[in-house]
Amino acid sequence: MESIATTRPTGLRVRSGALLTLVFIGPFLLYVLAFLVLPALRLFQQAFTGEHGLTLKYVAQLGQHQTVTAFFNSVVLSSLSATVGLVVGGVLAYLIQLPGTPRGLRSMVTSFSAVAANFAGVPLAFAFIATLGNLGMITLWLKNLGIDLYGSGFSLYSVSGLIVVYAYFQIPLMVIIITPAIEGLRREWREAADSLGAGRWEYWRHVGLPILWPSLLSAFLLLFGNAFSAYATPYALTSGILALVPVEISNVLSGNVMLSQQTGAALALGMIGVMVVVILIYALAMRRAGRWSRS
Amino acid sequence: MMNRQSSSWGRLVVLSLVGLYFLLPLVATGVFSFWEGGDRYGLRAYVSLVHQDELWESLWLSLRLALETIVVTLVILVPAVFWMHLKAKSFKPLFDFVSILPFVVPPIALVAGLTALYTGPAWFVGTSNFLIVPYVILALPYTYRALDVGMSSLDLKTLTEASQSLGGGWGTLFFRVLIPNLTSALAGAALLTIAIVMGEFTFANVLLFNTFAVYINYIGQTSATEAAALTLLSFLMTWLAMLGVLVTGRGQATLGGAR
Repeated sequence: MESIATTRPTGLRVRSGALLTLVFIGPFLLYVLAFLVLPALRLFQQAFTGEHGLTLKYVAQLGQHQTVTAFFNSVVLSSLSATVGLVVGGVLAYLIQLPGTPRGLRSMVTSFSAVAANFAGVPLAFAFIATLGNLGMITLWLKNLGIDLYGSGFSLYSVSGLIVVYAYFQIPLMVIIITPAIEGLRREWREAADSLGAGRWEYWRHVGLPILWPSLLSAFLLLFGNAFSAYATPYALTSGILALVPVEISNVLSGNVMLSQQTGAALALGMIGVMVVVILIYALAMRRAGRWSRS
Repeated sequence: MMNRQSSSWGRLVVLSLVGLYFLLPLVATGVFSFWEGGDRYGLRAYVSLVHQDELWESLWLSLRLALETIVVTLVILVPAVFWMHLKAKSFKPLFDFVSILPFVVPPIALVAGLTALYTGPAWFVGTSNFLIVPYVILALPYTYRALDVGMSSLDLKTLTEASQSLGGGWGTLFFRVLIPNLTSALAGAALLTIAIVMGEFTFANVLLFNTFAVYINYIGQTSATEAAALTLLSFLMTWLAMLGVLVTGRGQATLGGAR
């Protein structure tokens, strides 16, 4: 066996190796090319092609009042819900890993986070309608106490309401992604700061946050992208009325608005553009975050 | 001492408030699903749901799509990740890059591109099986991560050589050596896929297929209490799938889902 293998012409071996690579890896890459890369490129082509060849008409339509509002709403909603997730989720992740926290509580929070981060879309929208909708439990309860939630300007079906709903998956997502970074803060650093006379505030100001900030930035970007591409939750909650980019695209696709398919493609392209920027900064931040990790 | 006590109180207050925020919607949904109007509470919404054929059809459709998505994912992904780990390490950066691409192209943009690119043939785009195409992509970041982590913990070179020196072919290697060694990674990938597909709304809604999530939304327009009951059911399914992921992954939680 051995001698036959070694006397084979090397060219054939290399070629059969390349062939095997093609057989094993080819289908996967082909699938991604056909069903992810090409559809995205098709959007590109669609957005820039008019009846008479290349055109910037459809991309220019992104400057319309309606689409600008949609992008504005989407960016505001994504940034604010990501901020809520960052702060609350970050504090929560920090609190449960403090020494003295019961083990049971810690594992309960982390496993509930895994569930809640995945509990989104239509069911989440309905859960909040039953809670904070016009006739929701909390709304009626507050009304009995003399507080008119909807009279005071709050509405579940607005950007402010969506922030409250998005927090339900943003906070647990934050707990999941930031916990490893917080656990990576070494006890020695805290002790070193203590022995040099630093208080809690000084420790965070000069040690904790400077080490954590790349992780916090990348977590924020992930949360932002997560909210930015969310479609099911706002659709089920506002029935496509509130202007958000994903909702506008789906309105175009189902022919509900007077916008052309090409404008829809331009909108989708705009979304991809935002996500490309988000992921690029995310990758840069992650590289920096890796610097302090124990390897 | 005083300081520590007050901070422990602060911690309790913060944890209780956050806990309340997460519990109240579930409690409200639960209470609402038993509401029968006025002061009466009962199982009417549940009884009515059990008798709706469309519910079972939509549940079955979503479950079937989830299983088919798992099969397609495993067929294209297991050989690719296996070969990358064994022989083609240089593909690792490309694979890592590809696995985050589904984040860059949001589902609603992908469905716009897919419908613009593929307009036929009818057997391909006209049946609910077309949904499997984007679902595999949607689950890719999670399935790839699970398989990548699973395979990097194995000594693939030794396993492959041992299998082949004993006369086993590729089939033996995959089905009798690799898969039994990868059960926890495969189970994790499969459960995450189930959780994602069972809740997926974007593609099904735009392409007009009556999956479970689309059905919940439809019920929500007609009967709020029945929608609440289905919401609880959906939460329970997510819970079970994630519990499975936590158990099989030995505490390794991952994230995903249909937003």
